[in-house]
Amino acid sequence: MEFLKELQKDIRYIEGLHACINCGTCTAICPAAAVSDYDPRIIVDTVQRATEMDIIQLLKSDTIWYCGECLSCKTRCPRDNTPGYIIQALRALSIETGLFVESRQGQKQLAIKRTVGDHILQYGYCVYIDEVNTDMYPEQGPVWDWLSQNRAHILERLGASYKKEQSGTLRNTSAESLNDLRRIFEETGGTQRFDKIEKHSAQKADELGIEFQTGKDKYFDYLYEGDQK
Amino acid sequence: MKTAKNTNWENYQKEIADDNYYFARSCIRQNFFPAAEDIFLKIIRKELGKNIFDDAQQTTCTGIAYHSGIIPFETTMTVVARQFALMTEAGFENFVCSCVTSFGIYSEVLETWKHFPEKEEEARQALMRATGKTFEIPKNLVHTSDLIYKFRKEIASRATFRLLDKHTGNPLKVVDHIGCHYAKIFPEKGVGGAEFPYVLAGLIDDWGGAQVDYPERRHCCGFGFRQYLLKSNRGYSLSNSKYKFDSMQPYHPDVIITNCPGCTFFLDRWQYVIAEMEGTTYGENGYGIPVLTYEELAGLLLGYNPWDIGLQLHQVTVEPLLDKLGIVYNPEEKYKGLQGLDLGKPEMPEVLRCC
Repeated sequence: MEFLKELQKDIRYIEGLHACINCGTCTAICPAAAVSDYDPRIIVDTVQRATEMDIIQLLKSDTIWYCGECLSCKTRCPRDNTPGYIIQALRALSIETGLFVESRQGQKQLAIKRTVGDHILQYGYCVYIDEVNTDMYPEQGPVWDWLSQNRAHILERLGASYKKEQSGTLRNTSAESLNDLRRIFEETGGTQRFDKIEKHSAQKADELGIEFQTGKDKYFDYLYEGDQK
Repeated sequence: MKTAKNTNWENYQKEIADDNYYFARSCIRQNFFPAAEDIFLKIIRKELGKNIFDDAQQTTCTGIAYHSGIIPFETTMTVVARQFALMTEAGFENFVCSCVTSFGIYSEVLETWKHFPEKEEEARQALMRATGKTFEIPKNLVHTSDLIYKFRKEIASRATFRLLDKHTGNPLKVVDHIGCHYAKIFPEKGVGGAEFPYVLAGLIDDWGGAQVDYPERRHCCGFGFRQYLLKSNRGYSLSNSKYKFDSMQPYHPDVIITNCPGCTFFLDRWQYVIAEMEGTTYGENGYGIPVLTYEELAGLLLGYNPWDIGLQLHQVTVEPLLDKLGIVYNPEEKYKGLQGLDLGKPEMPEVLRCC
């Protein structure tokens, strides 16, 4: 595979990169640059001057995974580049080529696939109340524990449609709608991307000697919790 | 004070349809502020007499997954195409969504289709193969906060309360926080653009409050998509919210309002975490600064019972704000179910003062 040519086909690359003048405005206003080893100016400059080896190094790196996709860089770039779009193209190619498992940050895509990704196809929502608890999300605080313990009563008082087959807040997504989503994922590469994330992650977990099954297994904990567990 | 800079927003106006909307819900708002969208619908229908359709067939737009890098743009475009197909089937032309990430997604898809018509054709064909559906492009695409902005004067004229301190008569100091994807991607699609957004500032002005202009007013709340979703990366999110709190605190805000469901959540919950981790609280007397969505604030000013609009589900206690506004509430009702059913009470945090 010619990595640079593949990258240049991505619509997000085409829209994201025009001519970077290396002014550093993107880095100055970037929330990720303030807290992690991430510098959008350097990434854009690297991609702009790219050699095949540079691109491979980026695809295997942690740095492309630190962007938070706030897209503040799109607003502020004086030359209409969008570093956040270039990051999207790099991330997509990193997964496509399986190189995402070569970085610790890239490996974590499995944990996101097994939460948000699986929620979409199971519930029709990216986030769903039954899957949120203060073990995984301690910042939810004691008010969330109270809501979780009393969710049917509280949601009824607030007029929600929780678990009901009707319109309204937190209603069940119909089987027909879930089937539409599943078919769209199959037709547009969503399912294939999920499969690639699972397949390459299984190989990496085996290489690292960490138990790999489904759902929230030991490899998921290793990625989701990081050094905290 | 008006300056040449802060009146720039006047150059960024957008068309906001007057009636007949197809409503798309938000994953985050439904889960974390489960009464907010129903207050919005109630205000639009009952207070303003407008027609809005709440469809049982819609799904997520997939925006959180897309911005976290786990699904291709083609998948997102086709899911968006399905939402537009549902709008078309229901006989509507004006699309209004509750989520700012979704608003960015819908805007991005429509802009992409303008510049790359072959991508629209691909999405049409994929949608047809997958579901047999077809669609029309919405004539008008707006965020729910745009509707509250459009009708802010009508809401003010019906309101029981204004953003005034009952004890002093002074305007309450209100921080407005705009979700990044409301206007940073496409400034021309937001009321007031990206640098001087007016969509919430306009509510503050017309509802009697005072805007707080602080250094990090435009900084991201720190969602970061994949960064928040992973516990091991969540410091990104906390750090960026703290950056904002530290910047706004010297101005002593009475309340924060946001138009993005995620921002409301992070600015509420990270205050709890900072209090418990560091002992720092940002409100008065050990409380936090209450954080409300725009429709919750509108509901309060219109006289809705705070416990019927879900304010008991905020981790930062809202009572200091209710007291300033002069809203009379029954503390005993706060944690009750229907017909006064006793549901116990949440545990109190160790540092952050709560009621």
